[in-house]
Amino acid sequence: MTSDVSPHTQSERSDPLYDELAATADFKELRKLYRGFVFPATVAFLSWYLLFVILSNWAHDFMSTRLVGNINVALVFGLLQFATTFGLAYLYSRFSNAKLDPLARKLNDQYEKDR
Amino acid sequence: MDHQVLTTVLFLSVVALTIGITFWASRQTSGSDDFYAGGRSFSGFQNGLAIGGDYMSAASFLGISGAIALSGYDGFLYSIGFLVAWLVALLLVAEMLRNSGRYTMADQLAYRMKQRPVRLAAATSTVVVSIFYLLAQMVGAGTLVALLLGVDSQAVKNLVIFGVGLLMVFYVTVGGMKGTTWVQIVKAVLLMAGSALIVVLVLVKFNFNLSELLGTAASNSGAGQAFLEPGLKYGVSMTSKIDFLSLGIALVLGTAGLPHILIRFYTVPTSRDARKSVLWAIGLIGVFYLFTLVLGFGAAALLTGDAKAQVVTSKGNLASPLLAEAVGGGAGSTGGAILLALIAAVAFATILAVVAGLTLTSSASVAHDVYNNVFKKGTATEKEEIRVTRIAAFTIGLIAILLAIPAQNLNIAFLVALAFAVAASANLPAIVYNMFWRRFNTRGATWSIYGGLASSLLLVFFSPVMSGKGVIDGVNQSLLPASIDISWFPLENPGIVSIPLGFLFGYLGTISRREPEAEDRFTELEVRALTGAGSEKAVIH
Repeated sequence: MTSDVSPHTQSERSDPLYDELAATADFKELRKLYRGFVFPATVAFLSWYLLFVILSNWAHDFMSTRLVGNINVALVFGLLQFATTFGLAYLYSRFSNAKLDPLARKLNDQYEKDR
Repeated sequence: MDHQVLTTVLFLSVVALTIGITFWASRQTSGSDDFYAGGRSFSGFQNGLAIGGDYMSAASFLGISGAIALSGYDGFLYSIGFLVAWLVALLLVAEMLRNSGRYTMADQLAYRMKQRPVRLAAATSTVVVSIFYLLAQMVGAGTLVALLLGVDSQAVKNLVIFGVGLLMVFYVTVGGMKGTTWVQIVKAVLLMAGSALIVVLVLVKFNFNLSELLGTAASNSGAGQAFLEPGLKYGVSMTSKIDFLSLGIALVLGTAGLPHILIRFYTVPTSRDARKSVLWAIGLIGVFYLFTLVLGFGAAALLTGDAKAQVVTSKGNLASPLLAEAVGGGAGSTGGAILLALIAAVAFATILAVVAGLTLTSSASVAHDVYNNVFKKGTATEKEEIRVTRIAAFTIGLIAILLAIPAQNLNIAFLVALAFAVAASANLPAIVYNMFWRRFNTRGATWSIYGGLASSLLLVFFSPVMSGKGVIDGVNQSLLPASIDISWFPLENPGIVSIPLGFLFGYLGTISRREPEAEDRFTELEVRALTGAGSEKAVIH
C-alpha cells in the first residue's frame, strides 16, 4: 500500500536542501530552544488553568472566601488567569524575538541563497 | 425618532457597509492567493483585529454575558477558557502552520501524508465544525432581530436566519478572503467600541466600584452570594461538576483546532506576522472578555421585571442588548432606544463577520481539498477551484439555514462550546502530532480526525442536549421532541471523553503501521515550519 506511487499520492520531496539545513548546528539549536520554551510553558499554563477549573469545582469554600467587599478568591483567581495569559504571551514574544528569530532568519537566508 | 425606524436604519447601515466593503474587496482580488488568503498581505495588527473579529462571535458577545447574567460566576469560565486557549495557538500552532500550509487546515497535514485520505478527513471535520459554529451565529441573529422588531414570531426569526444565510454567501462568493477580513476588522472595531461604551455606562452607575456592582448583581439575581461563587449552575451534582471540567477542557483546547481561526494565519506575509497577529488578538480578546464580565454582572444587577424575564426566556442571549437599553434610560426612553439599536447593530455586524469567515473556510476546504485534490488530483485550475468554492458556499449556507431553524432554543455560547469540543477532538490531535511526532502518518491522521469527530458527535447525540431533559415550565429543554429519550451519556459537553479519544485514535493508527514516506518528510516539514524556508510568499500587486 505504502508504495503506491501515483504522482499525487504524496507531495513530492521538493528539496534535499532541507536535510542539509536540518543537519546544521543552527537548526539543532533553534529546535532545542523552541521546544525547550514551548513544552514546559504549555504544561505550565494548562496545569494552572486546570487547577482553576478543579478548584472551582471541588474547593467551593476556599474559592468563596471573600477578600474585599464582594470580591472573592474565585474572581481574583479568574482575573489572575488573564494576567498569566498576557504575561506568558509577552514572555514568548520576547523570547522568540531575541532567540528564535535570528536563527530562523539565518537558516532561511541560507535556504534562499542555496536554492 | 421612533425606535423601530432607528433600529432598522442602523441595521441597514451595517449591512450596506459590509456590502460596500465586499464589492471594494472583490476588485482587489485576482487569484487564488487573494481569494483564499487575502494575498497574504495583511499586517500582523490588521490580522490581529480580524482574528478578534472572527473569534469574538455572537457567542462571546451575547452568549457569555448571558451565561454570566443567568448563572453568575459559572458563566465566567467561558471567558477564561476562550482566552487561555490562545496560548495553545500562539505557542504550538500559529507560526508553524503559516510556514507549512497554503489555504486550508488540511494543507499542513497533506505536506507529509498521503494527500487524498488526509484532505478528505480534514475537509469533513472543517465543514462539520464550521456548521456547528454557524448554527450558533444564526440562532443569535434570529433572536436579536425578533427582539428589535418587538415580535416573537417564528416566521420573522426564520426569515432573518434566511437573510443572514444569503448575506454570508454573498460576502464569500464576491469578496473572498480580502472582503471577509475587512468586514471582520471593521466589526472588531465596532464591537470593542460598542461594548466599551456600555461597560463605562454600567460602571458609572456603580461609581466604578466593582464590589458594589457584584453585590447588586448577587442580590438582584435572587441567589445571593452564591451568584458570585463557583457552582451555581455546575455545582449541583458530581455529573454537573464533571460537565464543568469537560467544558473547561473543550474551551481551552478547541481554539487551536478551529479551521476558521487557523486559516487566518495564512493572510499575513511571514510567521513573525502570524505571531504578532496572535499577540494583538490576545490583547484585544482579553480586554473584551473583561468587558463581558461587567456586561454579564451588569445585566444581572440592572435588569428587572420584563427585561429580566426576557433574559431568562432567551437563555441569556439577550442580556447585552437589554442591558444597553437599561443603561441608556430604560425601555421606552429615547436614550434606551438608541443604545439598544446601536448594540443590536453591533451584534448583527458581529454575526455577519463571523458567518462570512466560517462559510469561506468550509467552502474553501471543499473546493481546495475535496474537489481539486481528491477528485481532480490537483489538476483543477484556479478558476475552476474558485467556482467550486462559490457553489460550496451556497450549499453550506443552505444547510446552515435548515439546521439553525430547529436549534433556536439553545444558548449560543453553549452551542459554540460544542463546536469547540468537536474541533479539539477531531483537529487538534492531528495538528499537534503532525508538527511534533515524526512517526505520525496517514493512518494516524485519518483515525484521529474521524475518530475524534465521530466520538464527539455521537456523545452529543446521546447526551441530554439532544433528548431526555424533559419539559420545564412548558419548554422542552432538549432538541428532540420531549417524548423521545435516547440519552445515555450524562454530560452535555463531550470534551473530557472525546478529546482523549481523538489523541488515542491518532496514536493507535500511527503505531499500527509504518509509513517511511511520512517520516521522511517530517524533517522537511519541521525545517520549513521553524525557519519559514520555502513558505508561501505574499502576493505583490
